[in-house]
Amino acid sequence: MQPNDPQVRWLKEPELGWTGKVYLPLFVEGMRTTLRHLVGPKLTVQSPEERHEIPEPLIYRGVHRLNRDEQGRVKCVACFLCATICPAHCIDIVAAPSPWPDRDKYPESFTIDELRCIYCGMCEEACPVQAIELTTLYDLTGKSREEMIFDKEKLLSVYDQTKDAEPIFQSWPLPAVSAEQENAQKK
Amino acid sequence: MPLERSELAESSAEPGQPQPYVWRMNFGPQHPAMHTTLRLILTLDGERIVDAVPDIGYLHCGFEKLGESLDYNQYVVVTDRMNYVSSAANNVAWHEAVERLLGIEPPRRCQYLRVIAAELARISDHLVCIGAMGLDTGAYTHFMYAFNPRERINDIFEALCGARFTTSYTRVGGLCRDASPKAIQMIREFCRFFPSVLRDLHLLMDRNRIFVDRTKGIGVLSKQEAVNRGCSGPVARASGVTRDLRKDEPYLCYRDFDFQVCCATEGDCFARYRVRLAEMEESLKIIQQAIENLPTGPVNLDPGYRVILPEKGAVYQTIEGLITHFEIIMPNRGFQAPYEEIYAATEAPNGELGFYIVGQGGDAAYRARCRPPSFIHYALMPHLIRGHMISDIVPVLGSLNIIAGELDR
Ligand code: SF4
Ligand code: SF4
Repeated sequence: MQPNDPQVRWLKEPELGWTGKVYLPLFVEGMRTTLRHLVGPKLTVQSPEERHEIPEPLIYRGVHRLNRDEQGRVKCVACFLCATICPAHCIDIVAAPSPWPDRDKYPESFTIDELRCIYCGMCEEACPVQAIELTTLYDLTGKSREEMIFDKEKLLSVYDQTKDAEPIFQSWPLPAVSAEQENAQKK
Repeated sequence: MPLERSELAESSAEPGQPQPYVWRMNFGPQHPAMHTTLRLILTLDGERIVDAVPDIGYLHCGFEKLGESLDYNQYVVVTDRMNYVSSAANNVAWHEAVERLLGIEPPRRCQYLRVIAAELARISDHLVCIGAMGLDTGAYTHFMYAFNPRERINDIFEALCGARFTTSYTRVGGLCRDASPKAIQMIREFCRFFPSVLRDLHLLMDRNRIFVDRTKGIGVLSKQEAVNRGCSGPVARASGVTRDLRKDEPYLCYRDFDFQVCCATEGDCFARYRVRLAEMEESLKIIQQAIENLPTGPVNLDPGYRVILPEKGAVYQTIEGLITHFEIIMPNRGFQAPYEEIYAATEAPNGELGFYIVGQGGDAAYRARCRPPSFIHYALMPHLIRGHMISDIVPVLGSLNIIAGELDR
């Protein structure tokens, strides 16, 4: 771009003026701004008594869960897609022939190292049967490293714990906003 | 402190002239004023800086090496952690380069959403920078007022992609998910609310004599030096270099938007501060235009391109969808990059952020080099602070906005 291009906005240095030099008038002005914020809405959340409100619980990327199907069995079919796509290589699956007739394989053991995981959500994207999902639990703590390696039972129990608040995501990706809806929102 | 002569002192002294008063001090890496983990080895004469040597590498994580094993989609999680203050801008930059390598172009809706994400990241980055600059020069309120709106930006990212900080928002040929109505509404609300923040920031600092005295005339970078030393972004524009990749080499859909490039001529810390403030206004304009003209349609490329996972509906119900889904993820069947080299740069908040990728057939790069703006700008430090006092390091560093994750990679 040329310096005289109309798309260039040359910024002028603000004039300090006598008010700036004397400092006191601007101090009063600054104080007014500060006092106005005193009565404004509070932005701080008193964690952990208050919980941070998650705008889109279904797409939030927190601790994993392994979903169950209608009969309470693990939904996973041990296809290894999640373990393949995981950038942190933190999913470990041992597959075994399935005891149920509706599929060939099932995971005999399924472990996720939650300390190694970077919560990118790619496993959820890759799973072809919606067996693995990321929940809204974000304050995960543990007293040892072993405690943070989640096995199948633990991951299924996360599902039991969160299934009411977060149903299995049915439509993926989210339905695109139609033009009418958008216009309605504008008004 | 013993006044012992260092080799550095010798290098800066006139030959044969002993400088007994010059001594050496370590600034950083664990110092609250050195924002992240930067380190400077200062040679001091009293409190005046004779010379400085930036020492980098404290946060080196081997990010570029990781780019040789992670595939083009997986690597986006690493770019998040480069400039962690504006991770969405890094995601956009990385996939801009990958898409140029593969010769594909994402759909319009995706481009608009990427622009919105990148501009939100720019606002967030500039807020951190000017807030921290205020904090370092003693204006704690200013810092708080800058960080409050940043909280809202994080909320928006949370609604867009599920994470507040490490966004991993883009994928090759699309996004990780479409924007939900709630996210769009949140962006609209942000556009309405943000001008009041800018007004407050202007009111508090523009004519605040303490701040002006500490930043004006400090760390002056002339236009010629800025060009010679390869500066870009707000640092170069504050010195009068009229260059902005969004205008000069438009990528995504920046051609569609009406905005201006903010430049100043002084080249000091105060000019850089003002350029960043003004750029936030322009970014807000872009976001407003983008969100009001957001095209409908798909966000992701057609599965026929074989780069992005098909929709879940297709995966569950059609055999082609399922096969495509598996093949894209499988390492030997995924997308095939050409044997080519590409350099693609975007205008990140800090300057020109480019990725140089060498494709080697498969789905991972042979080399994924990053051209980080912080690296080039940190090399300026000795030049900018020579002759100033120790206390001037802090505003200079704040105005350059060096992010160690990006600097050391
Ligand atoms: S969220 Fe990402 S890092 Fe964590 S297990 Fe899933 S794919 Fe791996
Ligand atoms: S992708 Fe889904 S079905 Fe396949 S192994 Fe992972 S959790 Fe199981």
